[in-house]
Amino acid sequence: MDTFLQLTVDALTLGSVYALIALGYTLVYGVLKLLNFAHGDVFMVGSFIGFGVLQLLGGTSKPVVPVWLLLVLMVLAAMVGCAVLGVVIERFAYRPLRDAPRIAPLISALGVSFFLANSMQLLFGATPRNYNIFDLANASLYTKGFNVGNVHVALLRIITVVAAFVLMVLLWFLVNRTRTGKAMRATSYDREAAAMMGIDIDKVIVFTFVLGSALAGAGGVLQSLRVPTTVAIGFVVGLKGFTAAVIGGIGSIPGAMAGGLILGFAESFSQGYISTKWSDLIVFSILIAFMIFRPQGLLGRADIRKV
Amino acid sequence: MSDSTPHGSHVPAEGPAVGQDEWVARHAEQRFMPGGPLGALEDRIRRVPWWAWLILFLAAASTLPVFEHSGYVRYVAFSTVLYMLLALGLNVVVGWGGLLDLGYVAFYGIGAYAYAMLDSDKFGIHLPTIVSVPLVVAIGAIGGFLLGLPSRRLTGDYLAIVTLFFLQLFQTITTNGDAAFGHNLTGGPNGILNVDPFHLGKHDLVVQHEGIFAVSYFYVALAVFAVVFVALRFVNQSRTGRAWRSQREDPLAAEAMGMPVNWLKLLSFSFGAAVAALTGTLFAAQSASVFPLTFYFVLLIIVYTMVILGGSGSQAGVVAGAVIVSPLLELLRDPGKSRVIFFLALVGGLLLMSRRSRALGIVAIVTLAFGFAVHEILGAIDKSWIAGEHQGGFAGVTDHWVVAPAHMARWIAPTSYIGLIAAVLLVTMVRGRLRLALLVPTVYLTAFVWENVMLAKPEPARYIVLGVILIALMILRPNGLLGERRVEIV
Repeated sequence: MDTFLQLTVDALTLGSVYALIALGYTLVYGVLKLLNFAHGDVFMVGSFIGFGVLQLLGGTSKPVVPVWLLLVLMVLAAMVGCAVLGVVIERFAYRPLRDAPRIAPLISALGVSFFLANSMQLLFGATPRNYNIFDLANASLYTKGFNVGNVHVALLRIITVVAAFVLMVLLWFLVNRTRTGKAMRATSYDREAAAMMGIDIDKVIVFTFVLGSALAGAGGVLQSLRVPTTVAIGFVVGLKGFTAAVIGGIGSIPGAMAGGLILGFAESFSQGYISTKWSDLIVFSILIAFMIFRPQGLLGRADIRKV
Repeated sequence: MSDSTPHGSHVPAEGPAVGQDEWVARHAEQRFMPGGPLGALEDRIRRVPWWAWLILFLAAASTLPVFEHSGYVRYVAFSTVLYMLLALGLNVVVGWGGLLDLGYVAFYGIGAYAYAMLDSDKFGIHLPTIVSVPLVVAIGAIGGFLLGLPSRRLTGDYLAIVTLFFLQLFQTITTNGDAAFGHNLTGGPNGILNVDPFHLGKHDLVVQHEGIFAVSYFYVALAVFAVVFVALRFVNQSRTGRAWRSQREDPLAAEAMGMPVNWLKLLSFSFGAAVAALTGTLFAAQSASVFPLTFYFVLLIIVYTMVILGGSGSQAGVVAGAVIVSPLLELLRDPGKSRVIFFLALVGGLLLMSRRSRALGIVAIVTLAFGFAVHEILGAIDKSWIAGEHQGGFAGVTDHWVVAPAHMARWIAPTSYIGLIAAVLLVTMVRGRLRLALLVPTVYLTAFVWENVMLAKPEPARYIVLGVILIALMILRPNGLLGERRVEIV
């Protein structure tokens, strides 16, 4: 029972971060029908921005600001930095290819991903960066929290999950309750018709990239609070995030959240009960199963093509 | 060189061939209309049949070991041939099938691992080469077929993600395969060592001759390349090849015409995977060992760059792409050589462009003057700014042109690198004189970054070059060097 609870806590932390990444994929895919391979690397850049801010503010041993402000500033800086990065990527690598054959922006995205990962390695080296959150305020982020049975739920995990869910609620509000969100949904539904209705498509797409990349940046910091980051994580993280988006139904925002959580649970439980080494295999099997039996994903619409 | 697509061939005067759109043919003809003596020459070159080019290329390639005795160069030549084979195989999937297969190098790995398992002390099996190689190719083909099965219903994007995940899975399996259900299957991160070389009867095809790379593998690889090239060429000109292209252009129309679209996709997957597996056996036999990390994302990007640079869909193109990219990557390993390459590319690029417009010629001269001026001024302010280490390329000319600080403060590298990216992006955004004016500091900044930031770390630097090539190609010339520009009918 304790193992089960512990794994559930792990799954929730892992899954909420996956959901943040999956949201970025799903938003961009919904509007542009483009698989943004560079998204995982934007996540990686976000985790490095968070690290940079942490170092600027004195590191974990003697921070110059209160702990809560430090965390907020790290997440905010990563969100802003990644949003700018996302807009630049869209403007220069994807926009010129918007009317090209489908395969062209995909290859360009691969190039961007490779470029980002290697540029970061060039500038900051391949050594892992550890936030050393344990040193922060006498390890209170680890020791505080609450207990469920014998399982200790650390404050850090609560912060991660709550922050991720706050961001998702904000996103839901933006997409469903604002004018820009309405424009996004319209564009996603039918880009040409939306353009005819006077929606500025370029603006909507830029806004989508801002949202998606900002979420990736926040996810990068939240993830790196617990796990050290390197310049090479983008590939695997992007893969997992995209799998989550596909499982949930690509293009659907609640689907991405559900997919992220499912992936988190699948990975955490297969690591806990079966083997840490083979969890990739299990996740891949789930992906294949979805591809065969429910290609539109959990909450996605089936794609009906009119010829 | 007309390749893969029927519109590329010279259109006869009486009109387009049967099955060819008249409008497309007319436009294709306009593009190929030769003019002047150069045009006549071009026309003559265009008429040389493909097999003549192939023989010429093979003849030239096979004389290389006669002139070059360094084992390193011969090894690079050998690996270039491997890249050529990989590019040919990927061309079947991407260029002809129109499918984005991101798990391609996993089949290269499967080929290498399968050969290593069938011919090494690992399991004590030592199959004769003539048995094991066809077996491995069959394994590759079946593997490609199986991977294609779940994805056959899915369009390009889903296929990309399934295949990419497959590549990751291949990594997981090979790295953790040393403890699979209590058995050591793949050797884990340590790979499989002591793989047999190719052998016939009792005779081994030696890998090393007196301590240096034995040239025999180069010739074997070249022979395999010739066979694969010709075989794929015939496949492409067959019924199947035409069907591939038609489903690439419009799967719906192809299906309406009664073509088995899914079957065709699986077939192109299988062909690509088989070629990759075959290449894998060559690799494993020559290097006598296989490790998981050889077959990963980096290799995938390299092969994709070759195919895209050469022009996907064109066999000659992808081979040219491999012949360009593979040695380029080798040269970029060495700071001295990569400096020379960089300045040659810079000067060459500016010269080429200045032929087209005089303004760019002026830009080139101004940049030159700008560099010397900046160098002198900074040198006058503080000697340490220009006291950086120089290996002395180009008789010291660049030493007096590019600023090189004696020691790089920590902020210099990120600032200048990100500044360079911003400058390049800005140049693409503005027009007219402003662009020309901005070009001067941008070019100079490029040289500065290359000298001081990129040369210090050749490993990421050469991959950055690859990424930039890929992005720039997709935007500026998606059809590559020799690929067909598609005339699209809307």
